[in-house]
Amino acid sequence: METEFTPFMSLLGGILIGIAATLLMAFHGRIAGMTGILAGLIPPLSPDWQWRAAFMGGAVISPLVYISAGGSIPFALPISTAALIFGGILVGIGVYLGSGCTSGHGVCGIARLSPRSIAATATFMVAAFATVYVIRHVIGGA
Amino acid sequence: MKRLFSAFIIGGIFGIGIAIAGMANPAKVLNFFDIAGTWDPSLIFVMGGALVTTLIGYRITFKRQDSPLQADSFALPQNNRIDARLIGGAAIFGIGWGIAGFCPGGAIPALGLGYASVWIFIAAVITGIAATRLIEEKAR
Repeated sequence: METEFTPFMSLLGGILIGIAATLLMAFHGRIAGMTGILAGLIPPLSPDWQWRAAFMGGAVISPLVYISAGGSIPFALPISTAALIFGGILVGIGVYLGSGCTSGHGVCGIARLSPRSIAATATFMVAAFATVYVIRHVIGGA
Repeated sequence: MKRLFSAFIIGGIFGIGIAIAGMANPAKVLNFFDIAGTWDPSLIFVMGGALVTTLIGYRITFKRQDSPLQADSFALPQNNRIDARLIGGAAIFGIGWGIAGFCPGGAIPALGLGYASVWIFIAAVITGIAATRLIEEKAR
């Protein structure tokens, strides 16, 4: 399935992600890593769960505000439910063991020039490229 | 209350950034990883824009502030060890990301869009985190 190349919207979105990451550090002193924020909301709750819940609430609601203001957010999921669940469980195990995901390591960690984050980001990017190659071009499924 | 309000607004900026960037669209993310097929390089612009902005933003923040505006201190990870757990975890995450096309930061802002699949994915992620945490605590 083809998707449209959107350099301007993607750059704008990336800049907004960076602004949010900067503000979370400036106001709350926290890394804007979705894994870390989410993990603190899984029981047993982290003692500082309130700001995490507020951040999540904002992240869920703002795309709806964007849509109601006339924006559109394309969405397509070209995989089976079984693959989605399997992939989701692997993502959960991996981000827990690896202490972070794209936002925590890939954006905030690299911005701090953390060697751990640079190593983790290189690893998960290579793993994702290899996985998609194998699924789409070796096994041949989608 | 002010702290929660600012966290809500900052989360909102994050969510809208993810959504317009295309990170909440698994088809687009998977195409970014498919250089040999239907490649969509858009996510380079997301990562580049986010990274450069955060790099500059963090520098300004740490230069101008000794502490956060609404907290006692900066909570920065101090661990510098690159070990098997980090690399193994990152590799497992990358494989899962390549299968599903979703990462946690991409999926959460999509929760409100009305697709059951996003909730299924997040439930699977939470299961993976909770199960790994439980196993690790039992083994300790």
